[in-house]
Amino acid sequence: MTLAAPEAGKGAAAAPPPARDPMSPTPWRVCRAFRETDDTFTLELIPEPGREVRPFAAGQFNMLYLPGIGEVPISISGDPAYPHTLVHTTRAVGAVTKKMAAIRRGDSVGVRGPFGTAWPVESSEGSDVVFVAGGIGLAPLRPALTQLLSRRERYGRVVLLYGARTPEDILFRKTLREWRADFDLEIHVTVDRATRDWRGNVGVVTSLIPRVPFEPGHTVAMICGPEVMIRYTVMELERRGVGPDRIHVSLERNMKCAVGFCGHCQLGPHFVCKDGPVFPYEKVAALLNQREV
Amino acid sequence: METLEPLLAEHPFVRGMNQSQIETIAGCASNARFETGQYLFREGEEANQFYILRKGRIAIEAASPTRDPIVIHTYGDGEILGWSWLVPPYRWRFSGKALELTRVLMLDGKCLRGKCERDHDLGYELLKRFADILASRLDAARLQLIDMYDKGGRR
Amino acid sequence: METAPPGIRYVLGDPGLPRLIEAVRGAGYRVAGPKVRDGALCYEELDPAEALPRGIRDEQGPGRYRLKSGHDASLFAQAVGPQSWKRYLSPPEQRLFVARKDGSGLRIEPEAADASRWAFVGVRPCDLAAIRLRDKVFLDGASADPAYRAVRKGILVVAVQCTAPAGTCFCLSMGTGPRAAGGFDLLLTEIGEGGPLLVEAGTSEGEAILRTVPRSEAAPGDLAEAERRMERAERSMGRSLETAGLAELLLRRSESPRWEEIAGRCLACGNCTMACPTCFCTTVEDISDLTGSTAERWRRWDSCFTLAFSYIHGGSVRRAVPARYRQWMTHKLATWTAQFGESGCVGCGRCITWCPAGIDLTEEARALREADGAAPSPRT
Repeated sequence: MTLAAPEAGKGAAAAPPPARDPMSPTPWRVCRAFRETDDTFTLELIPEPGREVRPFAAGQFNMLYLPGIGEVPISISGDPAYPHTLVHTTRAVGAVTKKMAAIRRGDSVGVRGPFGTAWPVESSEGSDVVFVAGGIGLAPLRPALTQLLSRRERYGRVVLLYGARTPEDILFRKTLREWRADFDLEIHVTVDRATRDWRGNVGVVTSLIPRVPFEPGHTVAMICGPEVMIRYTVMELERRGVGPDRIHVSLERNMKCAVGFCGHCQLGPHFVCKDGPVFPYEKVAALLNQREV
Repeated sequence: METLEPLLAEHPFVRGMNQSQIETIAGCASNARFETGQYLFREGEEANQFYILRKGRIAIEAASPTRDPIVIHTYGDGEILGWSWLVPPYRWRFSGKALELTRVLMLDGKCLRGKCERDHDLGYELLKRFADILASRLDAARLQLIDMYDKGGRR
Repeated sequence: METAPPGIRYVLGDPGLPRLIEAVRGAGYRVAGPKVRDGALCYEELDPAEALPRGIRDEQGPGRYRLKSGHDASLFAQAVGPQSWKRYLSPPEQRLFVARKDGSGLRIEPEAADASRWAFVGVRPCDLAAIRLRDKVFLDGASADPAYRAVRKGILVVAVQCTAPAGTCFCLSMGTGPRAAGGFDLLLTEIGEGGPLLVEAGTSEGEAILRTVPRSEAAPGDLAEAERRMERAERSMGRSLETAGLAELLLRRSESPRWEEIAGRCLACGNCTMACPTCFCTTVEDISDLTGSTAERWRRWDSCFTLAFSYIHGGSVRRAVPARYRQWMTHKLATWTAQFGESGCVGCGRCITWCPAGIDLTEEARALREADGAAPSPRT
């Protein structure tokens, strides 16, 4: 861990400028709400007529607010080229997200954002790119893949390694099928626990890393998932020779304000809300290996 | 006779071995293919081989009397499969089944065990590589144990 | 605020401070200043007729605070109390917005800014530094906090140099006091027990107010007396903190057994964070009426000593007290510098005085340093 001031911009795409009143949500309307898996769901939001729509970058998140219930940080999983529709996919695990799972088309949701740093999609042009997603971690990576695939010719080999708990937990099946069919993108999906009719890979996502083709010296890796998975993934990538300066991770911490005022999301010198959630791995490596920081 | 040495020499497994060591190993190698659903080996059988997967996919299964076999792990192109030949009592711990048409290089472990006893340099080179494979298996199994997507999942 | 050239120092003419406060009020300010309440010095709104307490002395030590009165007629011969000016700048409870749901959807009504302009009277140099640090958190980053900005822009600061540091004070170590270096509109220095007050302006607004009150240019003897008192104050700091290499030390000692040892005494009550003038952490609370049609969001002070503070789905990151004390102290004295360019500690000593267990962060820093193998710094 260094004492250098966190530079939010380094290694990450420039994020749009922050809102003038970062503390007050803007109402958006739910145009689609649907279940993805047993415990995950997607909300698609459109702005109220005449409302300002702010661009977002892949990797950024919004604070979604339900009046009287609470507010949660949720990464944006839609296409950055179409900021007029905000897509959020999340797990129903806490008081707020469980209520959110019951939201229907036409309901209103408060939105603050977008906040945080972005995946280095543009600065990775010319490189091989390996995406490693675990569980719901595919949601924050989807915008980066979407953006990259819209300019596929600018990249070398592109690989997505995706691990889920069981076959039932696999997110975005339709998107994965389309990507497989339409793009030069190698996708490997694996599950920790197979079910009877599962014909795909079994084993943790890290075990896929040794077998996929990429040029380690010219590879950028973007990782999103549980912190345990992130640490082991980095280890496997480093074993293949991918430098820590070319590995980017998205982290999660408690967030109340999303702009560095509330103090909750601190990780050493970093405010995960504004210096992250996407970090070059070398900036957080020591912190992730320390307990209860 | 066609030798498998050039095929073997391309594989990262032998990277760093000298020519004679590679030739020795190649001398214990043979080509094999398995149809979809065919077992390469079964739990409890004598383990006298290991496999270098050239193309295809293999599932490692544990049998259970009351349910279908439990798939623990799947292996794909380029991976090394099988370490039971190296550890007494030289019996397969799990079963290995081809999930699709799979071509492998089959290495005769019994033959290699003998050669390693006579040539400890070769034995050390092989053990180093299998220690790495075993460590990866252990890492993967431990991560599976953690069940990391359950409690530690992201929102 | 606009900084004026180095001010001429004056002696306030009769009736002294009351006249100056009257002038401040005349300039449109509500005035907050020291008052004795529940046996402690607090910063509360002063009524027009209300005078500042005189002759109050304090005794401060780890977990100990006592006021004694009736010494003399001095105004500022004591150090800071449990409160700080953050009560005004970042209120303990603050409504952020009201949300209304009706047939047409959701409306969010941000809380209107309080139009009050406050004059803070009696701001100590450590608290001047604390205000500067809060400005960095809430104003100087990529985003500014609208509520903070609204209050902050209306503040007039009447500071006072510290002539009687307490037993828990170490502003000299932190470079924030006992002399005030800036950040004030007007600056007072008490040069006699209930006697004359030296005053100088730090901004053009302070200058304008000063011009309206009776004053005379300070005599060389007055300036010499002020200097003598400041030197005496510098010599009578109750505590010291060796800051050289401190940030690196704390990061290096993140696994020190000392954290466990401290946690054996720490009650994780969060008093230190409430009393600290720079601690800025907050949480939010969402409430609604019974029908659910009107909801409000409130922001409240929070503390990194609570278990819930670091909660994410699955559990809290800092589950044990050692990790929470380490977070607080390491943030204050080390990572704050990486975030905001200077230490988050201003040396006011409140966390020491108001810790019910008497935990002394200067002592803990010293212990960590000694265990680190460095030569212990002498106590001054």
